[in-house]
Amino acid sequence: MANLTINGKTFTLDVEPDTPLLWAIRENAGLTGTKYGCGIAQCGACTVHIDGVAMRSCGVSVSEAEGKKITTIEGLASGATLHKVQEAWIAKDVPQCGYCQSGMIMAVAALLNEKPKPTDADIDEAITNICRCGTFQQVREAIHTIASA
Amino acid sequence: MNKHVSPKMNRRAFVIGTAAVGTGLAIGLDLPFGGPAVVRAADGSPEIGAWVVVRPDDTVVIRIARSEMGQGSLTGLAQLVAEELECDWSKVTTEYPTPGQSVARKRVWGDFSTGGSRGIRSSQDYVRKGGATARVMLIQAAADAWKVPASECTAASSVITHTPTGRTTTYGKVAEAAAKLTPPADVKLKDPKDWKVVGKGLLRLDTADKTNGAMVYGIDVKLPGMLNAAIKDCPVFGGKLKSYDEAKVTGMKGVKKVVKVGDTAVAVVADTWWHAKTALEALPIVWDEGENAKVSSESIAKWLAEGLNDDQPAYVGNKNGDAKAAIASAAKKVEAVYNYPYQNHATMEPMNATAVYTADKCEVWCGTQNGEAAFAAVLEASGLPAEKCDVHKVMLGGGFGRRGQTDYVRQAVMIAKQMPGTPIKLLWSREEDMAHGRYHPITQCKMTGAFDANNNLVALHYRLSGQSILFSLRPEALQNGMDPAAFQGVAQTGEAAFGYSVPNLLVEHAMRNPHVPPGFWRGVNVNHNAIYMECFMDELAQAAGQDPLEFRRKLMGNHPKHLAVLNAVAEKIGWTTPAPQGVYRGIAQVMGYGSYVAGAAEISVTDGNKIKVLRIVASTDPGYVVNPAQVERQIAGSFVYGLSALFYGGCTVKDGKIEQSNFDTYNSMRINEMPKVESVMVPSGGFWGGVGEPTIGVAAPAVLNAYFAATGKRIRSVPLRDQNITFA
Repeated sequence: MANLTINGKTFTLDVEPDTPLLWAIRENAGLTGTKYGCGIAQCGACTVHIDGVAMRSCGVSVSEAEGKKITTIEGLASGATLHKVQEAWIAKDVPQCGYCQSGMIMAVAALLNEKPKPTDADIDEAITNICRCGTFQQVREAIHTIASA
Repeated sequence: MNKHVSPKMNRRAFVIGTAAVGTGLAIGLDLPFGGPAVVRAADGSPEIGAWVVVRPDDTVVIRIARSEMGQGSLTGLAQLVAEELECDWSKVTTEYPTPGQSVARKRVWGDFSTGGSRGIRSSQDYVRKGGATARVMLIQAAADAWKVPASECTAASSVITHTPTGRTTTYGKVAEAAAKLTPPADVKLKDPKDWKVVGKGLLRLDTADKTNGAMVYGIDVKLPGMLNAAIKDCPVFGGKLKSYDEAKVTGMKGVKKVVKVGDTAVAVVADTWWHAKTALEALPIVWDEGENAKVSSESIAKWLAEGLNDDQPAYVGNKNGDAKAAIASAAKKVEAVYNYPYQNHATMEPMNATAVYTADKCEVWCGTQNGEAAFAAVLEASGLPAEKCDVHKVMLGGGFGRRGQTDYVRQAVMIAKQMPGTPIKLLWSREEDMAHGRYHPITQCKMTGAFDANNNLVALHYRLSGQSILFSLRPEALQNGMDPAAFQGVAQTGEAAFGYSVPNLLVEHAMRNPHVPPGFWRGVNVNHNAIYMECFMDELAQAAGQDPLEFRRKLMGNHPKHLAVLNAVAEKIGWTTPAPQGVYRGIAQVMGYGSYVAGAAEISVTDGNKIKVLRIVASTDPGYVVNPAQVERQIAGSFVYGLSALFYGGCTVKDGKIEQSNFDTYNSMRINEMPKVESVMVPSGGFWGGVGEPTIGVAAPAVLNAYFAATGKRIRSVPLRDQNITFA
């Protein structure tokens, strides 16, 4: 059993402490917006915020996440008000297949929280998610649009 | 009404609705609340022909038979229908009919296959007719109600107007009456110059749910009582499952069952996938690897190299004059051997499918590029007839050709069949996905060019050796043993025709099929043919002492469309003006999937092996552009896919198995490695070409040719990873 605080709610989940947070979120908490891509913290599809920091949830165990504030893509908006990254993603038509975009959006939201006006170099350093469709151009444009708003 | 209604809402409602009532056949039945001739959607709204459903609130539901996997066809196809329908775009939504429904209605929605960049081009005519047919019926219904001739009525933005009196009504109001009318036998389509919706870079219809976690991919399907399965197939292709020690895992947490899947695989079924995968890793398995365990990349390369020799049999794919004689008597000749490796599609979402089997019904939920092929796989694996099977398509987390195959669908049904009544979600680990791809075929190519005393190219011999996709996947399409698709980009005519005129030409293919299963990998045979031909064109230009662009232009007089896109990129990148200090350019062109494409790159190179791609320019002539914003994204994405394969891709074989196991050994480009792609669209009209794939062909040769310009070194082998060349 583990108590996880996800998107402001407490979940008491029947999971072993070494279960990757990704699978506890997807299968036990039932929040499937966070995606599995590699399981070895390479691709970033499973990126969530842990105490505000973008982390690859496949590489974090449930026991490490206990007592921390976890935010998934489902918890990024404030009620009906979309997060500015979500708004920009819709306005700029960023996603293609969209599978990597939950992780991409979470990574970008964390970057903008830290650096509201990131340079291209900041983006290059912070955004390391894989997108096989190749949406990088739209991702970069959308980030700059948010930063200049 | 939300301007960008997500079609997923409909699909999800549909999926859940049909799951709840245990039937996949809601559309197409004559439900009791309508007239006998009216076909109704799941919510009871009437169909106005098979492609359009109109709800009382004027929402227009457009049926999409092809699959959306990020390429944007769902939006483009809806634009084509909406153009002819004259409906209000802000009230358009979409839904997928199921393959089972289509079969029950004599394939009213045509082909479901979504590959070969055909999503739009091979259905544009009949989907537009579907929209036009519905418009005519809706106008007729209004005219009938007003008792006026239909010729006095017009439609725009879902509003019908009786022009003489100014009376109006809406599609939603006349839909019930329209649905009872006999569809017109023939409809006239608009002249492209009158298009208002087609040709616009409208926002996609499926974006909102991709930004909040709500979009349902195959991996996200949930059914009541569902269990999860993890699978291991024999890592040596062609090998078999010998035995496994079930007792070692049966007591592990969550494990429900260990099942054999065919002759080659074993799966663990558990409450969660994490438990299933954990137990599968603990399961002792003995494989009968067979003869293929002796195969390696080295043994394959040696076998393919033999095929480059003229004494080995080969199929001739394109020929004029007598290339061998012209080469033998030429003043100068140039020869080079290139090779291209296996590639895994590496869709971000690994293969998966969810199946429920009972003796009376078998249903599957999955992302598939070919709903009908998946349906056929369900029939075969379940042993049930068509009327007892169906496939519910969900969003694909990438396809790139991989999800046109149905191996994962078949496996899910085979597992579900061993646990009747229990929904089973089968998900491959990334490692399983890497080990059991349907790989980009492996080839080598020897090219010989010959010049006369005035440096005119008089002969070209292009000899491929390597794997045929059709031999493995579609043997019925072979022509007396020859794989015509092997010549994509270097063919005499057709949708992937060679763009140069050479007086003596011989293009041939020595087919050699190793045991590694090949597949249609985005761009398919255009990819390696474009690298071989376009890099060798640069070698020929160098040998002739000519500029690579000018050298090509001289051979392209009879190929004006190929030339036009090449000229467009040359102009945009500023080919005739010197590049900045330390910046080098490369250029390439090819035809594929009915479209003409060209690309140019500017790069810098440090220490001889660190490449920074600074700028990419790409041009496409697909005939017509349905949605320029989406075409632009396909072009840019093609560079990411093609350059990822060039720099980081490549699957190698050891002991009969694929060596790469995850993104740590099979990397993919990141944002810091990718410059902006500047697209130049030059649609010349009169034909329909695809856009999802052709540009991949020019991505690698544009960069490789720029690398030569920078370093004087030719790279003739992919990937660059193996030659210690990487991104700066």
